[in-house]
Amino acid sequence: MLIAGGSTALVVLAIVMLVPLAPGWEGVKASFFSGEVFAKTFPKLLKAFLWDMAIFAWSVPLIFSLGLAIALARAVRSPALFPLRIFGAAYVDIFRGVPVVLVIYLVGFGIPGLGLPRPWNSPYIWGTVALVLTYSAYIAEVLRGGIESIHASQRAASICLGMSERDTMRYVILPQAIRRVIPANMNMLVALQKDVALLSFIGPVEILRQAGIFKSLLANFTPYVAAALIFLCVTVPATRYADYLMNRDRNARS
Amino acid sequence: MKTQLITTTLAVMLLAAPVFAQSCADGKTLTEGTLTIATGNPAYYPWVMDDAPESGKGYEAAVAYALAERMGFSASNVEWTRTSFDQAIQPGAKDFDLNIQQFSITEDRDKVVDFSISYYTAPMAVLVRSADKLEPSMAELKGLVWGAAASTTGLPMITDTIAPTASTLIYDDNANIVEAMKAGQIDAALFDLPTALYLSAVVLDGGQVLGQFPANEATDLDRFGMIMAEGNSLKECVDVALSSMKADGTLGGIEATWLQETTGVPLIK
Repeated sequence: MLIAGGSTALVVLAIVMLVPLAPGWEGVKASFFSGEVFAKTFPKLLKAFLWDMAIFAWSVPLIFSLGLAIALARAVRSPALFPLRIFGAAYVDIFRGVPVVLVIYLVGFGIPGLGLPRPWNSPYIWGTVALVLTYSAYIAEVLRGGIESIHASQRAASICLGMSERDTMRYVILPQAIRRVIPANMNMLVALQKDVALLSFIGPVEILRQAGIFKSLLANFTPYVAAALIFLCVTVPATRYADYLMNRDRNARS
Repeated sequence: MKTQLITTTLAVMLLAAPVFAQSCADGKTLTEGTLTIATGNPAYYPWVMDDAPESGKGYEAAVAYALAERMGFSASNVEWTRTSFDQAIQPGAKDFDLNIQQFSITEDRDKVVDFSISYYTAPMAVLVRSADKLEPSMAELKGLVWGAAASTTGLPMITDTIAPTASTLIYDDNANIVEAMKAGQIDAALFDLPTALYLSAVVLDGGQVLGQFPANEATDLDRFGMIMAEGNSLKECVDVALSSMKADGTLGGIEATWLQETTGVPLIK
C-alpha cells in the first residue's frame, strides 16, 4: 500500500513538474486549457450533450430488441428456418464490417433522399437507424456467444422434461445467457455513448459539433477538452459499473 | 533610350495636354495613351456578357470602363487582351496593365503579383430549392430550416441576423449541405454569391439563389482584386480611382445592374 502510493505520487509529481518545462507549454495552455473559454462554452456544451443522451436513450432499447432478434435468428435449429440463419449471418457480416460513419452517411442522406416528407426525413431518425443497425450487429454476436456458452446438456435436459424448443430457449437458455454477457454489453454501451457523436456528420448539433463551432469561432481548442470531460463524467462511471458486474459474476461462479 | 522615351512622353503630353494633363497613369502603361486590360478566355456571365468585354456589358467589363474613365482613358483608348487564370498570377513580365477575372486577393498571390484594392466583395447569398417558391424576405427566411458549413462565416450570420425558429443543422462541407438539401432535411443554406451561383447552376438540380445580403468587407473574406505586375507603378493610380468609385457609389450602381438585376438575385432587405 505504502509502495503503491509512493510510486504513484512520484509519477504524478514528475508529470506536473516536467510538462510545464516543455517549450510549447504556454501556447498549449492558452489554446487547450483556457479557463475563460471553458467557462464561456461549458453551459452550451452541456446543453448540446443532452442531444447525445437523448439519442443514446432511445437507441438502446431498439438496439437490444433487434440484436436479440438477430441472435435468435442465428440460433434456430429447424432446417426449414435455415434462410433465417443465413439472413442473420449476412446481417452481422455487413453491419459489423462497415465503419459506423459510413453507415451514418449512407443511411442518413440516402434514405431521406428517396423523397420522404418531413418530419420522416429527419437526420435524427435516420442517424438513429444507422446506429441501431451497426450496434445491433455487435450486440447480436455478444448474445449469440452467451447462448452458445450454455452447455448443450441443459437443452437436452429440458427437452427430456417435455419443454418445447421455444420454451427451452425462453425459460432455460436465455435467462442464463443474457446474465452471462452483461459485462460485455456494458462495454458496447460505453462505445455507443461515444459513437452517438458521429451523428454530427449528417447535421445535428450535438456536443462534438458544438465544440467544433466554438473552436472555429474562438480559434481555441478548450471546448474540445470541455467536451471530453463531459463525456468522461458519463463513461467512467459506466465503465466502473461494468467492472463491478464482471467481478461479481466471477465471484459468484468461483 | 530612356532620355528618348521621356522626351517622347513629354512631347505627347504637350500635344495632348487637355486629355492627359491630370492623368496619374501617364507613362505607366504598356502602350502610352492606352490602357491594356486582360480578362479570362473565355470570360463568363455575369462578369462579362457574351464573352465580349468591348461591349462594356457585364460586371467586370463595366467596372473596367468606368475605371479607365477615372484614370483618364476614353473608351476607345481601352485595349482588351486575354490570359488564362494561371498565366495572370505567374511571376514575371505581363502583357497587360490590368487583369480582371475574379481573382480572390490572397497573401500567397500577393507575393508574386500586385493586387488593386478590392472592386468586389462576394456577399452571402441564400441557396434554396426553386420548387419551394420562396420569397426573398426576412420573414420567410426565419421560417426555414437552415444548413451551414461549420467553419464558414455563414454560421454567425444565420444565428445572429436571420435567427431562424428551427435549429440550424451543421455540416462539414458544401457537398454534404447540398445532399441534405436534396434529402429535404434543410430548406436553405448560406454561401458566398459566386459559390451559390455555381452550386445552383451545376451541383443542385432545381437549385435557386433566392437572394443576397449586402456585402460586409469586415466579415466576408472573399474579395476580388485586379492583378498587376509586381512592383507596378500603376497600382497607386488604380487604387485612387477605385476608391473614388467606391465612395461616390459608382461601383455599387454597377453591381446592382449586373450582379443583382441580371443574375436575378435580389438584395434581401
